[in-house]
Amino acid sequence: MQLTLEFGGGLELLCDSEKIHKVNVDLPNGAESDDFTMKHLLSWVRTNLIKERPEMFMKGDTVRPGVLLSGQLDTRIEEKDVIVFISTLDENI
Amino acid sequence: MEAKSKKAVASRLCCLCNLRRPVLKRPKTLQQICRECFYEVFEEEIHQVIVQNRLFKSGERVAIGASGGKDSTVLAYVLSELNRRHNYGLDLFLLSIDEGITGYRDDSLETVKRNEVQYGLPLQIVSYKDLYGWTMDEIVKMIGLKNNCTFCGVFRRQALDRGAALLKVDKLVTGHNADDIAETVLLNILRGDIARLSRCTSITTGEDGPIPRCKPFKYTYEKEIVMYAYFKKLDYFSTECIYSPNAYRGFAREFIKDLERIRPRAILDIIKSGEDFRIATTTKMPEQGTCERCGYISSQKWCKACVLLEGLNRGLPKMGIGRPRGVNGDHKMETKKPGSVAKSIESKQCGSLDF
Repeated sequence: MQLTLEFGGGLELLCDSEKIHKVNVDLPNGAESDDFTMKHLLSWVRTNLIKERPEMFMKGDTVRPGVLLSGQLDTRIEEKDVIVFISTLDENI
Repeated sequence: MEAKSKKAVASRLCCLCNLRRPVLKRPKTLQQICRECFYEVFEEEIHQVIVQNRLFKSGERVAIGASGGKDSTVLAYVLSELNRRHNYGLDLFLLSIDEGITGYRDDSLETVKRNEVQYGLPLQIVSYKDLYGWTMDEIVKMIGLKNNCTFCGVFRRQALDRGAALLKVDKLVTGHNADDIAETVLLNILRGDIARLSRCTSITTGEDGPIPRCKPFKYTYEKEIVMYAYFKKLDYFSTECIYSPNAYRGFAREFIKDLERIRPRAILDIIKSGEDFRIATTTKMPEQGTCERCGYISSQKWCKACVLLEGLNRGLPKMGIGRPRGVNGDHKMETKKPGSVAKSIESKQCGSLDF
């Protein structure tokens, strides 16, 4: 499945400082394309894209607090979807 | 952090205009709305906060505390937009502090310099080196990575006032958002810092001092600021400070975000609780005076910045950290309660927002 994943707000630092990743995700064994959800995608990203400090991205089986999922963990992911992850890093002023 | 998938909402229409396809679920209300309506509610709510709280008067000069991060960048953008749209009649300026942190502030200042051009706002930069004779890099070299945020926070507060004085502005606005304020309410409860608890939810502070400060984003959710910056493609800098351990505030942050996930209103409700606290009249509050050395507001003989600076210059960097000693300490100990000013600054972590 072809997907475009965009990382911003500092999250790109966890994956080689690349903001936009065009990726081809193999479905888990035996899964229909209908079954591929945000939850699967998150675990795929964690395994395949995040190079350091995965705890900055996920907590349990979902994204860290401060994450907004439009839809839920069971939101279905489809071919050519664009998914954006942005961190709300803190600052001083 | 935000993750969003377009398909999930494709079948419905924006629940505000009922015309366009929604592209986001609004963090504050969980409404599915379109981009245009998001801009409108986001900007209009801030405008209403400004009007209802009479934050500005026509003809005022206003400095925007600008770090190059998301909050202050969005604030600079939205405020100049609203100033034009609603004829506030304000003269806006960007005010940045150069703490002297290589690899962090030098880069974020580049962002502010671009903002200066993009928004057409004059920029003033004041540096710790000029004001205090020390950069944060030099301070960290001397004191290590413990308590460095105390120095930075105390120095920044004064630096902003000094910069505002240079610009001859009437007011200083900062990008503190609803999440920051809810966090601070919790932290002040956790520290028993009654003085700060009673003032940390005020939208305007320091009205008795030379330059009042206000927070137009007091009710604005952090996630919405990030989404706004994303959709508007605003140019902001997102790297965590290289010296920031941020431990205590970090826990409060995460806790607030956990609460928000279950009930988005929690953030507003914590702020409301903070606003409605009434402090018992028997509670001894620190008395505001002025620093004998530099004249800055202080509840002690010397202000915190002067104490810290004296320590640095005498090679005793621990001075002013921990229990009050020396200049301010001994004679005041008996009147002190936990949570009075000098004691509480010691435990302030970075991200220590200037409330």
